[in-house]
Amino acid sequence: MTKLMSAEQVAGTVESGMTVGIGGWGSRRKPMALVRALLRSPATDLTIVSYGGPDVGMLCAARKVRKVVAPFVTLDSIPLEPHFRRARQAGEIEFVEYDEGMFMFGLLAGAHRLPFLPTRAGLGSDVLRVNPGLRTVRSPYADGEELVAVPALTMDVALVHLNRADARGNAQYLGPDPYFDDLYAKAARRCYVSCERVVENLLKEGPVQSLLINRSTVAGVVEAPGGAGFTACEPDYGRDEALQRRYVETPWEEFDEQQG
Amino acid sequence: MSSRADVCVVACAEAFRGDGEILAAGIGGPVTVLAARLARLTFEPELLTHDGTCLLTGDVPALGEAPGVVEGWLPFREHLWLVLNGRRHVMLGASQIDRYGNTNISCIGDWARPKAQLLGVRGAPGNTRCDPTSYWIPRHSPRVFVPSVDLVSGVGTDRGAFDLRRVVTNLAVLDFRTPGGTMRLVSVHPGAEVDDVVAATGFELDIPTNVPRTRGPTVEELEVLDRLDPGRLRDREFA
Repeated sequence: MTKLMSAEQVAGTVESGMTVGIGGWGSRRKPMALVRALLRSPATDLTIVSYGGPDVGMLCAARKVRKVVAPFVTLDSIPLEPHFRRARQAGEIEFVEYDEGMFMFGLLAGAHRLPFLPTRAGLGSDVLRVNPGLRTVRSPYADGEELVAVPALTMDVALVHLNRADARGNAQYLGPDPYFDDLYAKAARRCYVSCERVVENLLKEGPVQSLLINRSTVAGVVEAPGGAGFTACEPDYGRDEALQRRYVETPWEEFDEQQG
Repeated sequence: MSSRADVCVVACAEAFRGDGEILAAGIGGPVTVLAARLARLTFEPELLTHDGTCLLTGDVPALGEAPGVVEGWLPFREHLWLVLNGRRHVMLGASQIDRYGNTNISCIGDWARPKAQLLGVRGAPGNTRCDPTSYWIPRHSPRVFVPSVDLVSGVGTDRGAFDLRRVVTNLAVLDFRTPGGTMRLVSVHPGAEVDDVVAATGFELDIPTNVPRTRGPTVEELEVLDRLDPGRLRDREFA
């Protein structure tokens, strides 16, 4: 059985109005080949769930986004994401702004099919003011503590990029940080994995602990060498800082055209 | 001869005094990163420090150098666990801060349609609610020290902050140890005066009758700093 498909085929499964989770973190191991395919697809009016980086920025620049759910949007070495900023300042997109830890608890709740998970992160801050739908929950035990009830972050589709995968959908990270790609895979109805290289035997590539995602949660695998660029995909490659700078400094249409 | 940056690094390092065996986390710039490493190499040897990505370092490398010994793994999910667990003292930045230590890194203006979108709240809500938190602000000005922040990312003493330790700026050291939890001037750096701090602060500060000078680095601390930062990257945060 093979789940191999093209980036265009993956993008073709995304319908307007869907909620799309995007793995990685900031400008690190983002599934940019899948994002670029999404840019070329007719889908629009999307809700993007992401520890945001240029994935969010490009989709905002291409007017694909209705709503962003994120604790931040950053390019890491360049702190502020220009296209996300512009979209926010123009009032073009809705923003569900969470604390980083709250966001993880939302993914954990989604991955475990729970309606919410409680956390202290967010209490006292304006996260509760700007998300008037957020509710608190009180511990039923003696402590009686009031906590934020972070609602499950679920998605129609999750897109992640890992270092290696097999054709059946098992996927492996070889860099220093898994980020939260396993949680996206578990919290989404369908998860698509792009990878640097499709291999037959993942244990020849790295230890068993590097097998982050198993095939039960994966709908399709795309072989996309360089598919996280210009974000970092260690140890295969680091961030292409020059290209990222050009992305920031070049008008979007021009940059998009240059990238083909 | 020590620079203003040296004084600031030492003042930031002092924030970690007494912390023991927890992670001392800087925000990534040279001053806060050096502060954590300096504290570990001098008066707070049990501190944990990291490499800026996901390694706990067994030794204490110079800025930009890889550690020779790695003693632990700290991917982002472990960072977020540490935040909830409280075994971490973080030194954050702020685009705005008020007299109770509420801070903003999210946006300037009305949140619904900001004049300037900044980073987003990042981990500031959880950090300030669960962990000891200090701030490093390289340009003390009324644009940063405001009567009221546009969006509360980091919570202040009036909103249930866990433990706001100190605020270090290019001019002074401040804390919140007043009955009302309001910002208090602790010391002014050599070369700055109380009036400079007052003029650069957009709200009323608690000012004791006698405000001491922030201490400079010891000979030993200067040696450590020169080894950790031979290119003096720390001076560039004041440009």
